[in-house]
Amino acid sequence: MESIESHTEQAPSGLTKVKNSVISFFLMLYRVYAFIIRFFKEVFVPPYEFREVVRQCYETGVRSFTLITLTGFIIGVIFTKQSRPSLTDFGATSWLPSLVSIAVLKALAPLVTALIAAGKVGSSIGAELGSMRVTEQIDAMEVSGTKPFKFLVCTRVIATTFTIPLLATYTALIALLGGYLNINQNEGTSYATFIEQAFEPITFVDIWASLAKAVVFGFTIGIVGCYQGYNSTKGTEGVGKAANGAVVTAMFLVFIEEVLIVQIAGWFR
Amino acid sequence: MEKQKANIDFNNEVIRIRGLQKSFGDYHVLRGIDLDLYQGENLVVLGRSGTGKSVLIKLISGMLYPDAGTINVLGNELTTITEKEMEALRIRIGFSFQNSALYDSMTVRKNLEFPLVRNRKGITRKEIDNAVHKVLDAVSLSQTINQMPSELSGGQRKRIGIARTLILNPEIMLYDEPTAGLDPITCIEINELINEVQQSYNTSSIIITHDLTCAKMVGDRVAMLLDGQFQRVGTFDEVFATDDARVKPFYDYNFIE
Ligand SMILES: Nc1ncnc2c1ncn2[C@@H]1O[C@H](COP(=O)(O)OP(=O)(O)OP(=O)(O)O)[C@@H](O)[C@H]1O
Ligand SMILES: [Mg+2]
Repeated sequence: MESIESHTEQAPSGLTKVKNSVISFFLMLYRVYAFIIRFFKEVFVPPYEFREVVRQCYETGVRSFTLITLTGFIIGVIFTKQSRPSLTDFGATSWLPSLVSIAVLKALAPLVTALIAAGKVGSSIGAELGSMRVTEQIDAMEVSGTKPFKFLVCTRVIATTFTIPLLATYTALIALLGGYLNINQNEGTSYATFIEQAFEPITFVDIWASLAKAVVFGFTIGIVGCYQGYNSTKGTEGVGKAANGAVVTAMFLVFIEEVLIVQIAGWFR
Repeated sequence: MEKQKANIDFNNEVIRIRGLQKSFGDYHVLRGIDLDLYQGENLVVLGRSGTGKSVLIKLISGMLYPDAGTINVLGNELTTITEKEMEALRIRIGFSFQNSALYDSMTVRKNLEFPLVRNRKGITRKEIDNAVHKVLDAVSLSQTINQMPSELSGGQRKRIGIARTLILNPEIMLYDEPTAGLDPITCIEINELINEVQQSYNTSSIIITHDLTCAKMVGDRVAMLLDGQFQRVGTFDEVFATDDARVKPFYDYNFIE
């Protein structure tokens, strides 16, 4: 027993603290990288867990649906309402539909969907897998030869990668609907005219870039949530940390990816 | 209830451990473990909290990797085994977790089916149902088949956990504190279950516990883990026929008159 007491550590100095946190940061980067590699290694090997993937897609959709509907609609209405005065000054309110659609389709829909999904889906993946780790359910799968990585991680990452672009599309439509209702009420623009004007400035590259963004966001949210949960530390606070870490990290990465993809899409125009 | 005479083959070691060491950071948990588990026997491992009992069986099941020493399980050397061989070996070892580790998003039925459908390709629905009913019968909990783990009592959860490992017909069972946190009567029921499993599934088992009633009821041999090593190994009475100040209190505090 004496060996435990004799090894009580001295308080680390400031420099060692910095050194340790830099080391642990790169260690974490490496572990995330290894986690992603493992995902791609295992995801193409049968069995494909088709039913579980469908179930996870459903979960992803259901968890964020209400909030996305609400937010999408409000964004459409508010954005239109707030943009109107500055266009009125130039007598250019007829630009309103295209302005709304550019904002929604190119920027807002994927981003807002991703942020909401990071909060709703990412955190629950983190918490779910975290509590399975803490209560040794993942170990139990491992020792009974049932490949928990495949069953738990691959299915969830596929689900978010696939579902979040769908949700983003839905968000875009709802936001456009909000914008249309507001414009229709104020300017009396007809449905057909609105659609025509809204899609006039939008190119295929724009649509593809937005979808690609949503795919990347979906993958990020899934992988980060799973990574946090799957590697969560023992103890009850491990679950909270995993859920919280999933949201914070995913949001942070989503912003970085947003900037990168906008840059890359710019090269194709 | 007296334990039935077990059918032990002392020439056949299903687990053979030599010089096993494991540390976490600076803390040497296991410091040179030697252990043999014979075919058909129940070996009880006693030891205080934090002595590394769980670590020991996690090493045996491949959940942890040793720092030094050898672990031979059913003829496979774990330190040199390939990933594929380990997968095949894992389903021959049943692991009953300290906290049951039931999948809490699945019903009892799904919990039991899970290892089966994922390890036996092409198994039919009828075979699955038969296997589920057989193990539920073995742990006398047929009525819980459609319940969620959260609706079960601690003792029931333990038994479903054991049933879930039995469904793969393991050759070795590792029980991590099967009676911890249960009332005395439920403890005895679990002990009886462990003996029944030994008889009817012909398993060799390691049972970790600090409950001496359990040790006495189920153990063919008892091993005392102290300071990272097995200090005393033998029958229950042999192990406690000592004045060793580290062993005696264990006995005395368990049976206070
Ligand atoms: N994964 C791990 N990482 C770091 N330390 C660990 C790990 N697993 C176990 N330990 C340490 O090893 C020691 C032994 O742990 P173990 O769980 O084996 O104890 P135990 O004998 O099973 O105790 P109990 O009767 O309370 O279950 C403890 O001090 C624990 O902190
Ligand atoms: Mg333990």
